[in-house]
Amino acid sequence: MAAIKAFGAYLPSRIVTNRELAARLDCEAEWILDVSGIEERRYADPEETVASMGVAAARECLDHAGIKGTDVGMILVSSGSSARRFPGPASAIAHALSADGIPAIDLPMASAGGLFGMALAAQLTVTHGNVLVIASEKMSPIALREPMERGVTPLFGDGAGACLIGAGGPVGIIESVLHSDGAFAEDLRLDFDAPLAMNGRSVIMQASRKIPSAINEVLEKNTRTAQSVKVFLMHQANQNLMDRVARALDVEAARFYSNIQRYGNTSSASMSIAAADWWRDPGPACGDLICFAAFGAGFHWGALLAEAIG
Amino acid sequence: MDNRERILAIVRKSSDQTTTPDPDESLFDSGYLDSFALPDMVSELEREFGIKIPDADLNPRKFESLAKIQSYIESRM
Repeated sequence: MAAIKAFGAYLPSRIVTNRELAARLDCEAEWILDVSGIEERRYADPEETVASMGVAAARECLDHAGIKGTDVGMILVSSGSSARRFPGPASAIAHALSADGIPAIDLPMASAGGLFGMALAAQLTVTHGNVLVIASEKMSPIALREPMERGVTPLFGDGAGACLIGAGGPVGIIESVLHSDGAFAEDLRLDFDAPLAMNGRSVIMQASRKIPSAINEVLEKNTRTAQSVKVFLMHQANQNLMDRVARALDVEAARFYSNIQRYGNTSSASMSIAAADWWRDPGPACGDLICFAAFGAGFHWGALLAEAIG
Repeated sequence: MDNRERILAIVRKSSDQTTTPDPDESLFDSGYLDSFALPDMVSELEREFGIKIPDADLNPRKFESLAKIQSYIESRM
Protein backbone atom coordinates (compact mmCIF):
# COMPACT_ATOMS: atom_id res chain seq x y z
CA MET A 1 0.00 0.00 0.00
CA ALA A 2 1.33 3.43 -0.91
CA ALA A 3 1.96 5.54 2.15
CA ILE A 4 2.80 9.10 3.13
CA LYS A 5 6.22 9.07 4.74
CA ALA A 6 6.86 12.73 5.49
CA PHE A 7 6.11 16.35 4.65
CA GLY A 8 8.35 19.39 4.47
CA ALA A 9 7.85 23.06 3.76
CA TYR A 10 9.70 26.25 3.06
CA LEU A 11 8.40 29.78 3.55
CA PRO A 12 10.42 32.88 2.66
CA SER A 13 11.31 35.09 5.60
CA ARG A 14 9.79 38.34 4.39
CA ILE A 15 6.37 38.92 5.94
CA VAL A 16 3.98 41.19 4.03
CA THR A 17 1.04 42.41 6.10
CA ASN A 18 -2.42 43.44 4.95
CA ARG A 19 -1.61 46.95 6.07
CA GLU A 20 1.34 47.13 3.68
CA LEU A 21 -0.74 45.96 0.72
CA ALA A 22 -3.86 47.94 1.62
CA ALA A 23 -1.91 51.16 1.30
CA ARG A 24 -1.02 50.22 -2.30
CA LEU A 25 -4.48 48.98 -3.21
CA ASP A 26 -6.62 51.77 -1.75
CA CYS A 27 -8.51 49.45 0.57
CA GLU A 28 -8.64 48.62 4.28
CA ALA A 29 -6.45 45.94 5.86
CA GLU A 30 -9.53 44.67 7.69
CA TRP A 31 -11.38 44.28 4.39
CA ILE A 32 -8.67 41.93 3.10
CA LEU A 33 -8.97 39.85 6.27
CA ASP A 34 -12.76 39.79 6.02
CA VAL A 35 -12.94 38.61 2.40
CA SER A 36 -10.10 36.08 2.60
CA GLY A 37 -9.13 35.20 6.18
CA ILE A 38 -5.59 36.27 5.33
CA GLU A 39 -3.63 38.45 7.76
CA GLU A 40 -0.19 38.22 6.18
CA ARG A 41 1.72 36.32 3.51
CA ARG A 42 5.38 35.67 2.65
CA TYR A 43 7.20 37.13 -0.34
CA ALA A 44 10.37 35.57 -1.72
CA ASP A 45 13.52 37.61 -2.20
CA PRO A 46 14.48 38.39 -5.81
CA GLU A 47 17.15 35.67 -5.81
CA GLU A 48 14.76 33.00 -4.52
CA THR A 49 13.13 30.93 -7.26
CA VAL A 50 10.47 28.26 -7.63
CA ALA A 51 13.32 25.76 -7.84
CA SER A 52 15.29 27.03 -4.84
CA MET A 53 12.20 27.10 -2.62
CA GLY A 54 11.24 23.64 -3.85
CA VAL A 55 14.71 22.34 -2.95
CA ALA A 56 14.43 23.78 0.56
CA ALA A 57 11.02 22.14 1.13
CA ALA A 58 12.29 18.86 -0.33
CA ARG A 59 15.34 18.82 1.94
CA GLU A 60 13.16 19.28 5.02
CA CYS A 61 10.86 16.50 3.82
CA LEU A 62 13.79 14.12 3.20
CA ASP A 63 15.23 15.00 6.62
CA HIS A 64 11.89 14.14 8.26
CA ALA A 65 11.81 10.84 6.37
CA GLY A 66 15.44 10.07 7.24
CA ILE A 67 16.51 9.44 3.66
CA LYS A 68 18.72 11.14 1.06
CA GLY A 69 18.00 12.44 -2.42
CA THR A 70 19.75 9.40 -3.83
CA ASP A 71 17.07 7.22 -2.21
CA VAL A 72 14.32 8.85 -4.29
CA GLY A 73 13.12 7.07 -7.44
CA MET A 74 11.06 9.83 -9.00
CA ILE A 75 10.34 13.52 -8.50
CA LEU A 76 7.11 15.31 -9.42
CA VAL A 77 7.09 19.11 -9.23
CA SER A 78 3.92 21.16 -9.53
CA SER A 79 4.03 24.88 -10.15
CA GLY A 80 1.86 27.40 -11.92
CA SER A 81 4.41 30.16 -11.50
CA SER A 82 7.56 28.83 -13.12
CA ALA A 83 9.86 31.56 -14.41
CA ARG A 84 10.15 30.19 -17.97
CA ARG A 85 8.36 28.03 -20.53
CA PHE A 86 10.94 25.27 -20.36
CA PRO A 87 12.64 23.54 -18.79
CA GLY A 88 10.47 23.51 -15.71
CA PRO A 89 11.99 23.37 -12.24
CA ALA A 90 11.83 19.59 -11.80
CA SER A 91 15.20 18.69 -13.30
CA ALA A 92 17.01 21.53 -11.50
CA ILE A 93 15.45 20.46 -8.20
CA ALA A 94 16.48 16.84 -8.80
CA HIS A 95 20.02 17.96 -9.57
CA ALA A 96 20.22 20.04 -6.39
CA LEU A 97 19.06 17.02 -4.40
CA SER A 98 21.78 14.80 -5.97
CA ALA A 99 18.99 12.82 -7.62
CA ASP A 100 20.26 13.09 -11.20
CA GLY A 101 19.22 10.32 -13.53
CA ILE A 102 15.79 9.59 -12.09
CA PRO A 103 12.70 10.89 -13.89
CA ALA A 104 11.86 14.42 -12.71
CA ILE A 105 8.52 15.51 -14.09
CA ASP A 106 6.91 18.95 -14.13
CA LEU A 107 3.20 19.37 -13.49
CA PRO A 108 2.37 22.92 -14.64
CA MET A 109 -0.77 23.08 -12.54
CA ALA A 110 -1.79 25.90 -10.24
CA SER A 111 -3.59 25.19 -6.97
CA ALA A 112 -4.52 21.53 -7.52
CA GLY A 113 -1.05 20.43 -8.69
CA GLY A 114 0.11 19.26 -5.26
CA LEU A 115 -2.91 16.99 -4.86
CA PHE A 116 -2.60 15.61 -8.39
CA GLY A 117 1.08 14.92 -7.72
CA MET A 118 0.28 12.99 -4.54
CA ALA A 119 -2.39 10.93 -6.30
CA LEU A 120 -0.02 10.09 -9.17
CA ALA A 121 2.80 9.29 -6.76
CA ALA A 122 0.60 6.79 -4.95
CA GLN A 123 0.35 4.83 -8.21
CA LEU A 124 3.93 5.37 -9.37
CA THR A 125 5.56 4.23 -6.14
CA VAL A 126 4.91 0.64 -7.29
CA THR A 127 7.43 1.06 -10.12
CA HIS A 128 9.66 3.86 -8.81
CA GLY A 129 9.93 3.37 -5.06
CA ASN A 130 10.09 6.62 -3.13
CA VAL A 131 8.36 9.39 -5.05
CA LEU A 132 9.00 12.95 -3.92
CA VAL A 133 6.14 15.35 -4.68
CA ILE A 134 7.09 19.01 -4.54
CA ALA A 135 4.83 22.02 -5.01
CA SER A 136 6.52 25.40 -5.24
CA GLU A 137 5.12 28.79 -6.14
CA LYS A 138 6.51 32.28 -6.47
CA MET A 139 3.22 34.14 -6.78
CA SER A 140 4.34 37.58 -5.62
CA PRO A 141 5.66 38.87 -8.99
CA ILE A 142 2.33 37.78 -10.51
CA ALA A 143 0.21 39.26 -7.74
CA LEU A 144 2.08 42.57 -7.93
CA ARG A 145 1.88 42.81 -11.72
CA GLU A 146 0.12 46.01 -12.85
CA PRO A 147 -2.73 46.70 -12.95
CA MET A 148 -3.09 45.30 -9.45
CA GLU A 149 -6.59 44.37 -8.26
CA ARG A 150 -7.57 44.43 -4.61
CA GLY A 151 -9.57 41.25 -5.18
CA VAL A 152 -6.49 39.40 -6.44
CA THR A 153 -3.19 40.88 -5.22
CA PRO A 154 -3.66 40.34 -1.46
CA LEU A 155 -4.64 36.70 -1.82
CA PHE A 156 -1.32 35.25 -2.85
CA GLY A 157 1.96 34.42 -1.17
CA ASP A 158 5.13 32.48 -1.93
CA GLY A 159 6.27 29.14 -0.57
CA ALA A 160 6.88 25.46 -1.19
CA GLY A 161 5.78 22.15 0.23
CA ALA A 162 6.96 18.60 -0.27
CA CYS A 163 5.60 15.14 0.41
CA LEU A 164 7.40 11.80 0.24
CA ILE A 165 5.30 8.84 -0.82
CA GLY A 166 6.60 5.30 -0.76
CA ALA A 167 5.58 1.69 -0.33
CA GLY A 168 4.46 1.00 3.22
CA GLY A 169 4.42 3.34 6.15
CA PRO A 170 2.33 4.61 9.03
CA VAL A 171 -0.12 6.69 6.95
CA GLY A 172 -1.54 4.61 4.11
CA ILE A 173 -3.16 6.17 1.06
CA ILE A 174 -6.57 4.56 0.66
CA GLU A 175 -7.74 6.13 -2.59
CA SER A 176 -7.96 9.35 -4.56
CA VAL A 177 -10.39 10.87 -7.04
CA LEU A 178 -9.25 13.38 -9.66
CA HIS A 179 -11.33 15.41 -12.11
CA SER A 180 -10.78 18.02 -14.81
CA ASP A 181 -13.24 20.13 -16.81
CA GLY A 182 -12.12 22.73 -19.32
CA ALA A 183 -15.53 24.38 -19.68
CA PHE A 184 -14.43 27.17 -17.37
CA ALA A 185 -10.73 27.27 -18.30
CA GLU A 186 -10.89 30.96 -19.15
CA ASP A 187 -12.22 31.90 -15.71
CA LEU A 188 -8.87 31.44 -13.96
CA ARG A 189 -5.77 31.78 -16.07
CA LEU A 190 -2.33 33.29 -16.28
CA ASP A 191 -1.33 34.27 -19.79
CA PHE A 192 2.31 35.03 -20.61
CA ASP A 193 3.36 38.46 -19.33
CA ALA A 194 -0.21 39.32 -18.30
CA PRO A 195 -1.85 39.84 -14.92
CA LEU A 196 -3.68 36.93 -13.33
CA ALA A 197 -7.21 36.80 -14.76
CA MET A 198 -9.79 35.53 -12.29
CA ASN A 199 -13.57 35.44 -12.48
CA GLY A 200 -13.95 35.16 -8.73
CA ARG A 201 -17.69 34.47 -8.80
CA SER A 202 -17.27 31.55 -11.18
CA VAL A 203 -14.27 30.14 -9.30
CA ILE A 204 -16.00 30.28 -5.92
CA MET A 205 -19.27 28.90 -7.29
CA GLN A 206 -17.56 25.95 -8.96
CA ALA A 207 -15.19 25.28 -6.07
CA SER A 208 -18.03 25.42 -3.54
CA ARG A 209 -19.71 22.56 -5.36
CA LYS A 210 -16.84 20.51 -6.72
CA ILE A 211 -14.69 20.22 -3.59
CA PRO A 212 -17.44 18.79 -1.34
CA SER A 213 -18.52 16.57 -4.23
CA ALA A 214 -15.01 15.11 -4.64
CA ILE A 215 -14.62 14.62 -0.89
CA ASN A 216 -17.97 12.84 -0.69
CA GLU A 217 -17.05 10.73 -3.71
CA VAL A 218 -13.82 9.39 -2.20
CA LEU A 219 -15.48 8.87 1.19
CA GLU A 220 -18.51 7.04 -0.23
CA LYS A 221 -16.31 4.79 -2.36
CA ASN A 222 -14.70 3.65 0.87
CA THR A 223 -17.85 3.60 3.00
CA ARG A 224 -16.63 6.42 5.21
CA THR A 225 -18.36 9.63 6.25
CA ALA A 226 -17.16 13.20 6.53
CA GLN A 227 -17.86 13.02 10.25
CA SER A 228 -15.31 10.20 10.59
CA VAL A 229 -12.48 12.32 9.16
CA LYS A 230 -10.02 13.61 11.76
CA VAL A 231 -8.66 16.45 9.65
CA PHE A 232 -9.24 17.92 6.22
CA LEU A 233 -6.06 19.28 4.64
CA MET A 234 -7.34 21.43 1.80
CA HIS A 235 -5.83 23.85 -0.67
CA GLN A 236 -5.66 27.10 1.29
CA ALA A 237 -7.50 29.24 -1.24
CA ASN A 238 -9.70 31.36 0.97
CA GLN A 239 -10.92 30.89 4.55
CA ASN A 240 -14.49 31.69 3.53
CA LEU A 241 -14.36 28.92 0.92
CA MET A 242 -13.00 26.39 3.43
CA ASP A 243 -15.78 27.32 5.86
CA ARG A 244 -18.39 26.77 3.13
CA VAL A 245 -16.94 23.40 2.18
CA ALA A 246 -17.10 22.37 5.85
CA ARG A 247 -20.72 23.51 6.00
CA ALA A 248 -21.59 21.59 2.83
CA LEU A 249 -20.15 18.44 4.40
CA ASP A 250 -21.90 19.14 7.71
CA VAL A 251 -18.69 19.10 9.75
CA GLU A 252 -17.34 21.81 12.02
CA ALA A 253 -15.04 24.31 10.31
CA ALA A 254 -12.29 23.61 12.85
CA ARG A 255 -11.78 20.20 11.27
CA PHE A 256 -10.40 21.97 8.19
CA TYR A 257 -6.84 22.79 9.19
CA SER A 258 -6.00 26.35 8.25
CA ASN A 259 -2.82 28.38 8.10
CA ILE A 260 -4.03 30.80 5.46
CA GLN A 261 -3.94 33.60 8.04
CA ARG A 262 -0.12 33.47 8.04
CA TYR A 263 0.77 32.42 4.51
CA GLY A 264 -2.09 33.44 2.22
CA ASN A 265 -2.87 31.38 -0.87
CA THR A 266 0.36 29.79 -2.07
CA SER A 267 -1.44 28.09 -4.97
CA SER A 268 -0.38 24.47 -5.51
CA ALA A 269 2.05 24.63 -2.56
CA SER A 270 -0.58 25.53 0.02
CA MET A 271 -1.97 22.06 0.70
CA SER A 272 1.39 20.46 1.43
CA ILE A 273 2.52 23.49 3.46
CA ALA A 274 -0.64 23.09 5.57
CA ALA A 275 0.01 19.35 5.81
CA ALA A 276 3.60 19.96 6.93
CA ASP A 277 2.34 22.27 9.67
CA TRP A 278 -0.34 19.80 10.80
CA TRP A 279 2.06 16.83 10.62
CA ARG A 280 4.38 18.73 12.98
CA ASP A 281 1.63 19.48 15.50
CA PRO A 282 -0.53 17.61 16.32
CA GLY A 283 0.26 15.09 13.58
CA PRO A 284 -1.42 11.80 12.79
CA ALA A 285 -2.37 9.30 15.48
CA CYS A 286 -3.26 5.67 14.86
CA GLY A 287 -6.73 5.40 13.35
CA ASP A 288 -6.93 9.00 12.15
CA LEU A 289 -8.63 9.44 8.80
CA ILE A 290 -7.07 12.30 6.81
CA CYS A 291 -8.67 13.85 3.74
CA PHE A 292 -6.76 16.03 1.29
CA ALA A 293 -8.64 18.17 -1.24
CA ALA A 294 -7.87 20.83 -3.83
CA PHE A 295 -9.41 22.81 -6.67
CA GLY A 296 -7.72 25.06 -9.17
CA ALA A 297 -7.34 26.57 -12.61
CA GLY A 298 -8.37 24.26 -15.42
CA PHE A 299 -10.59 23.50 -13.61
CA HIS A 300 -8.84 20.57 -11.92
CA TRP A 301 -10.03 19.21 -8.58
CA GLY A 302 -10.04 16.14 -6.43
CA ALA A 303 -9.62 14.52 -3.04
CA LEU A 304 -7.33 11.93 -1.49
CA LEU A 305 -8.10 9.79 1.54
CA ALA A 306 -5.41 8.46 3.88
CA GLU A 307 -5.44 6.67 7.20
CA ALA A 308 -2.89 6.49 10.00
CA ILE A 309 -2.41 2.79 10.59
CA GLY A 310 0.54 2.64 12.90
CA MET B 1 -46.33 32.96 -3.76
CA ASP B 2 -45.41 33.03 -7.43
CA ASN B 3 -41.95 32.08 -8.66
CA ARG B 4 -40.68 35.66 -8.68
CA GLU B 5 -41.66 36.11 -5.03
CA ARG B 6 -40.04 32.81 -4.05
CA ILE B 7 -36.83 33.85 -5.80
CA LEU B 8 -36.91 37.28 -4.21
CA ALA B 9 -37.22 35.71 -0.76
CA ILE B 10 -34.12 33.60 -1.44
CA VAL B 11 -32.14 36.58 -2.74
CA ARG B 12 -33.06 38.55 0.38
CA LYS B 13 -32.08 35.65 2.62
CA SER B 14 -28.76 35.10 0.83
CA SER B 15 -27.89 38.78 0.84
CA ASP B 16 -29.22 39.74 4.28
CA GLN B 17 -31.09 42.59 2.62
CA THR B 18 -34.79 43.45 2.83
CA THR B 19 -35.11 45.76 -0.16
CA THR B 20 -36.36 44.71 -3.60
CA PRO B 21 -34.05 44.96 -6.62
CA ASP B 22 -35.48 45.81 -10.03
CA PRO B 23 -36.09 42.69 -12.13
CA ASP B 24 -33.20 43.43 -14.50
CA GLU B 25 -30.87 45.06 -11.97
CA SER B 26 -27.53 43.29 -11.53
CA LEU B 27 -27.52 41.62 -8.14
CA PHE B 28 -23.73 41.79 -8.19
CA ASP B 29 -23.33 45.45 -9.08
CA SER B 30 -26.02 46.50 -6.61
CA GLY B 31 -24.37 44.62 -3.77
CA TYR B 32 -27.01 41.96 -3.17
CA LEU B 33 -24.70 39.09 -4.00
CA ASP B 34 -20.97 38.64 -3.58
CA SER B 35 -18.84 35.66 -4.61
CA PHE B 36 -19.76 33.69 -1.51
CA ALA B 37 -23.45 34.57 -1.29
CA LEU B 38 -23.92 33.34 -4.87
CA PRO B 39 -23.34 29.60 -4.20
CA ASP B 40 -25.48 29.88 -1.06
CA MET B 41 -28.28 31.32 -3.15
CA VAL B 42 -27.96 28.59 -5.78
CA SER B 43 -28.23 25.90 -3.10
CA GLU B 44 -31.35 27.59 -1.72
CA LEU B 45 -32.87 27.75 -5.20
CA GLU B 46 -32.31 24.01 -5.63
CA ARG B 47 -34.01 23.28 -2.33
CA GLU B 48 -36.91 25.67 -2.87
CA PHE B 49 -37.74 24.51 -6.41
CA GLY B 50 -36.73 20.87 -6.03
CA ILE B 51 -34.32 20.96 -8.94
CA LYS B 52 -30.67 20.00 -9.45
CA ILE B 53 -28.63 22.68 -11.16
CA PRO B 54 -25.76 20.98 -13.03
CA ASP B 55 -22.24 22.32 -12.52
CA ALA B 56 -22.10 23.22 -16.22
CA ASP B 57 -24.89 25.74 -15.62
CA LEU B 58 -23.14 27.41 -12.69
CA ASN B 59 -22.35 30.47 -14.71
CA PRO B 60 -22.73 33.69 -12.69
CA ARG B 61 -24.37 35.41 -15.66
CA LYS B 62 -27.34 33.05 -15.40
CA PHE B 63 -27.98 34.34 -11.90
CA GLU B 64 -27.20 38.01 -12.35
CA SER B 65 -30.74 39.41 -11.96
CA LEU B 66 -34.16 38.36 -10.69
CA ALA B 67 -35.41 38.08 -14.26
CA LYS B 68 -32.49 35.88 -15.36
CA ILE B 69 -32.83 33.65 -12.31
CA GLN B 70 -36.56 33.23 -12.94
CA SER B 71 -35.99 32.46 -16.61
CA TYR B 72 -33.39 29.84 -15.78
CA ILE B 73 -35.34 28.22 -12.94
CA GLU B 74 -38.51 27.95 -15.00
CA SER B 75 -36.51 26.35 -17.84
CA ARG B 76 -35.47 23.62 -15.39
CA MET B 77 -38.95 22.97 -13.95
